[in-house]
Amino acid sequence: MTDTQTPLLSLRHLSISLPKGADRALAVEDVSYDVFRGEILCVVGESGSGKSMAANAVMGLLPKGVYASGGEAIFDDQDLLKLSEHQHRTLRGLRIGMIFQEPMTALNPLMRVGDQIAEVFEAHGQLSGRERQQQALALLTEVGIPQPDKAIRAYPFQLSGGQRQRVMIAMALALEPELLIADEPTTALDVTTQAQILELIRDLQRRRGMAVMFITHDFGVVAEVANRVCVMRHGKIVELGEADEVLKHPRHDYTRALIEAIPSNVIPEARGAETDTALLEVKGLSKVFRSKGGLFKSAREVHALQDVSFSLVKGETIGIVGESGSGKSTLGRCVVRLERPDSGTLSLSGTDFMHLQGESLRRERHRVQMIFQDPYASLNPRHRVGYAIAQGPMANGMSKAQAFAKAKELLALVGLGGTDDRYPHEFSGGQRQRIGIARALAMEPELIVADEAVSALDVSIQAQILELLEELKQKLSLSLLFITHDLRVAAQICDRIIVMQHGRIVEQGPAREVFLAPREVYTRELLDAIPGREHELADA
Amino acid sequence: MLYLRLITMRLLKAVVVLFMIIIFNFVLIQLAPGDPAAILAGEAGATDEEFLRQLRERFGLDQPMYVQLWRYVSGIAMLDFGFSYRQGVPVLDLILARLPATLLLTGTAFVLSLALGIVAGSLAAARVKKPSGSIIMTLALLFYATPLFWVALMSVVLFSVYLDLLPAYGMYTVGAGHTGLALVLDVGKHLILPATTLALFFMAIYTRMTRASMLEASQQDFVKTARAKGLKNSVIQRRHILRNALLPIITLAGLQAGQMVGGAILTETVFAWPGIGRLMFEALQQRDYNLLLGIFFFSAALVIVFNIITDLVYGLADPRIKEGS
Repeated sequence: MTDTQTPLLSLRHLSISLPKGADRALAVEDVSYDVFRGEILCVVGESGSGKSMAANAVMGLLPKGVYASGGEAIFDDQDLLKLSEHQHRTLRGLRIGMIFQEPMTALNPLMRVGDQIAEVFEAHGQLSGRERQQQALALLTEVGIPQPDKAIRAYPFQLSGGQRQRVMIAMALALEPELLIADEPTTALDVTTQAQILELIRDLQRRRGMAVMFITHDFGVVAEVANRVCVMRHGKIVELGEADEVLKHPRHDYTRALIEAIPSNVIPEARGAETDTALLEVKGLSKVFRSKGGLFKSAREVHALQDVSFSLVKGETIGIVGESGSGKSTLGRCVVRLERPDSGTLSLSGTDFMHLQGESLRRERHRVQMIFQDPYASLNPRHRVGYAIAQGPMANGMSKAQAFAKAKELLALVGLGGTDDRYPHEFSGGQRQRIGIARALAMEPELIVADEAVSALDVSIQAQILELLEELKQKLSLSLLFITHDLRVAAQICDRIIVMQHGRIVEQGPAREVFLAPREVYTRELLDAIPGREHELADA
Repeated sequence: MLYLRLITMRLLKAVVVLFMIIIFNFVLIQLAPGDPAAILAGEAGATDEEFLRQLRERFGLDQPMYVQLWRYVSGIAMLDFGFSYRQGVPVLDLILARLPATLLLTGTAFVLSLALGIVAGSLAAARVKKPSGSIIMTLALLFYATPLFWVALMSVVLFSVYLDLLPAYGMYTVGAGHTGLALVLDVGKHLILPATTLALFFMAIYTRMTRASMLEASQQDFVKTARAKGLKNSVIQRRHILRNALLPIITLAGLQAGQMVGGAILTETVFAWPGIGRLMFEALQQRDYNLLLGIFFFSAALVIVFNIITDLVYGLADPRIKEGS
């Protein structure tokens, strides 16, 4: 695929400086790589590796205070780093297109989708108003949006995440750029949606013969799309080569570690809980949300949960897997009583947990605790972490001194000893998630509900947190309800797996069985959509 | 359809709120020591018990409070706000005579402050960390911090006394007998000083808020998307950042608009503007309860009306809100 002619984009000894006071001086240090016409180059790395910075420099979109301090970025015989803002602006959108990670926030919420696409033509003075709308419609059709004639008049909030990402792609491709930069375009999407979007990008790339610079942290995605791979760590290139070569025979330890951290082809071991005393019993749980109508949907009721029944025995980890909108989070919220189910029963080692009210609920609440998805939003930024952890026990009558001592102990337990007087912003994402775990443990729960607890983390951090959870579970004989959209994560930690779709349980069974012999079509679809699955990755 | 039903619902709620406000004001005013009869009699130099009794009987003040309240509320239902104890004229006539002058003044100030504030705020946001941006913000702070009446007095001294450019008080040139266009120009000339004075304070607030809100909006991901399209900076500022920054400004504008009846007392007093504010001030001094209650009613009604309008404007400014309502 890679041709030997001159590269379309050539980074030569590129260095990018961070503002003073950052954790390191250079975001990117002496980085050189080429992107050729007609190929997909994947730039892989964890957060903080500087993988996006080079792309932003190419686009002329570096954040304030960050600047290219050395080297050059040659695009079609001109050094992009030396362009004036005006010259750079005329390239953006026209010859270099870019799509971003967050489909939820990357579109202007107040503008119709069609107008946002038409803007690209307007920015470069092309076509008349009417032609722009026609082109927008053609583009929406090309990226496979259902009912493009309606979608063109829709506002972003009326579209799903996958549809918004398609709109982003339509926008980036509007002027047929020679280079497309895709910055983690599928990270925020469901597996099946991710598979579709990857397919779309690959397809468009082939059809148009574009060069694509695809930035990702996920080696599964790399296996799906890459022609060549560039692995980055701490702002430097660790490994650069043909995709097959890097995936099968990684030369660098770091690359190997990253690949190993993704157990796409790990088959869960057969395991079971030691006991058979039921801890949580859920029977016929239903919950309906009522919503007003929208453009694509008439006013309707959403059955978030429909007749959901399962039981969890002491010491067991159950994975609840499903895509967004499957009801898995609602289920978790019902179990911790943040949400009130409409019908059904919910009992915790025999006590009716669902109908507890007021003081009796307050007394029992500590038995089920939750760990949340976003480690940045789930800790109060104005509270020291020691206090954040001690708050729960104190609310349950423990003395202040005791509660703070306990918080210290728990922080040590999760590997953050001696940090109780710090504030959340002093910790990394993974560390914050450890604090979240310590906070949940402070209540001495019997059951922990972890709602996408590792989804926002880098793979290597993910692995560490999962290990910690596993270890704590053994040590404190906890039970775990592990909610995730990521089957790969579920495979690592769960004894049993429940697959949910549209508020119903589609399939449940021991993890190994669900993986090796899925009985339901939907489960099989989910498994097939996991990126990199059919590719043989390096033997772990 | 959905929108219409929403408005109907809001209007029904508004009637209930208004009713509660009437009762609340009525009860509150009863708590003040001394009734209008005592004050009228006192000013007339009469301390005769019999005279007082007659006065009270004439105004219905001898009745138990709930009867007075009932009479009052049922009167309002038929747009009868009673008589001014002082001037012997129906309250409604008094208010309607003064309302246009006040609305002209506050309305002009409203439009002026909103327009200038948003423009100045946008400029300051686009020129953040540049001297011109700092100058705008310093001026805004100055207007924000200076007491209104002081600005009013000083502008009279400067523009009327020294420069003799603009009239110092009143709404028209007394005795000039202007009509048609000449009248409009005359009123316009009288309007400039009070309207500007009144506008400055809110303009300063809008400026600060627009700037802060725009700086926040400019951090959003979609701004980066817009830049990646190759859009000009000015287009990004206007179309993407400003539009998304407008919501808090609309909230504030709604609050200011609600103050249009009662919010100009000070300005009207300094510039002798014949509006509601002065009427209210006089009514307060003279314990003209019926008149005072009438003004309270109008000012509350205006607040409620502008609340509803604000909500409707939200829906126009942000399609997500319309959907959710």
